[in-house]
Amino acid sequence: MKATINGRLRELPDELTLARLIELLGSAGKSVAVAQNDRVIRRTEYETQPVRDGDCLEIIEAVAGG
Amino acid sequence: MGADRLQIGKYEFDSRLIVGTGKYPSMEVMRAAHAASGAEVVTVAIRRINLDDAHGGTLLDYIDRSRYTILPNTAGCYSAKEAVLTAQLARELLETDLIKLEVIGDAQTLHPDPRETLAAAEQLVNDGFTVLPYIGDDPIACKQLEKLGCAAVMPLAAPIGSGLGVCNPYSIRIIKERACVPVIVDAGVGTASDAAIAMELGVDALLMNTGIAKARDPVLMASAMKHAVIAGRQAFLAGRMEKRLYASGSSPMKDLISTAGQS
Repeated sequence: MKATINGRLRELPDELTLARLIELLGSAGKSVAVAQNDRVIRRTEYETQPVRDGDCLEIIEAVAGG
Repeated sequence: MGADRLQIGKYEFDSRLIVGTGKYPSMEVMRAAHAASGAEVVTVAIRRINLDDAHGGTLLDYIDRSRYTILPNTAGCYSAKEAVLTAQLARELLETDLIKLEVIGDAQTLHPDPRETLAAAEQLVNDGFTVLPYIGDDPIACKQLEKLGCAAVMPLAAPIGSGLGVCNPYSIRIIKERACVPVIVDAGVGTASDAAIAMELGVDALLMNTGIAKARDPVLMASAMKHAVIAGRQAFLAGRMEKRLYASGSSPMKDLISTAGQS
């Protein structure tokens, strides 16, 4: 399947959860938050929340700023 | 300052200085500057993770969360929709309902877009956030934000990162006199005297980043800002003397001595 992650269209394995996607992206254990199609997903749901074909995902972190 | 605490919604702080995390020469300098500033609240921005290099540490590794309250911002957002989603992501990421709402209208001035700021503020307040909106030095916009339920209003002293100091002290005074929520001057403070001047106007707190981070010695400037904020606050509470056009000596003018030949 294909999904847009942080503005970039990516080919992804089928049957993917958000937790597995974060792991594939090398961000497991890092403090991130995710919006799936403009809806923020609770961290407790990452293990069960499926990524679907055509999804638009925003994965963010805290960075330096004023 | 003891009982003179800063209250923002359900939060209370002793320090009246809020500092940013941007533009420091290194994370170590940032951490030392935060300590020197005496601040209890630090701001962070929210950005996409780098998909090409997701490994490595994060900013949060350099902020002791038992010591500092994190105030995430929506910097870089141009619309209410972007700002609301950014705030919701920040809440999930940082487990805080605090949000520094920043919806800018123009990349050159970084002045806020009042219409989008008001729209975002309304949605965020209704969604349970403690909203601290960055806004122009406009008494009407500040009052409108307050009426929407914002926990504070944050008028700019000068454009973000300009270091120009308080450009319109009269508007800031008017905003403060009419406000029923804390007024936090956000942006434009360049050096300690700017901070003292802002606090002497009676505002409740200051938020700054570049003024400290871009000083030649950020840690020393952080200490200067800490003292300036305290001095300005104390001067405001003490009440300054009335200004006079002509001199008024402090020593008695009677019983002066005379030299030989004078009576």
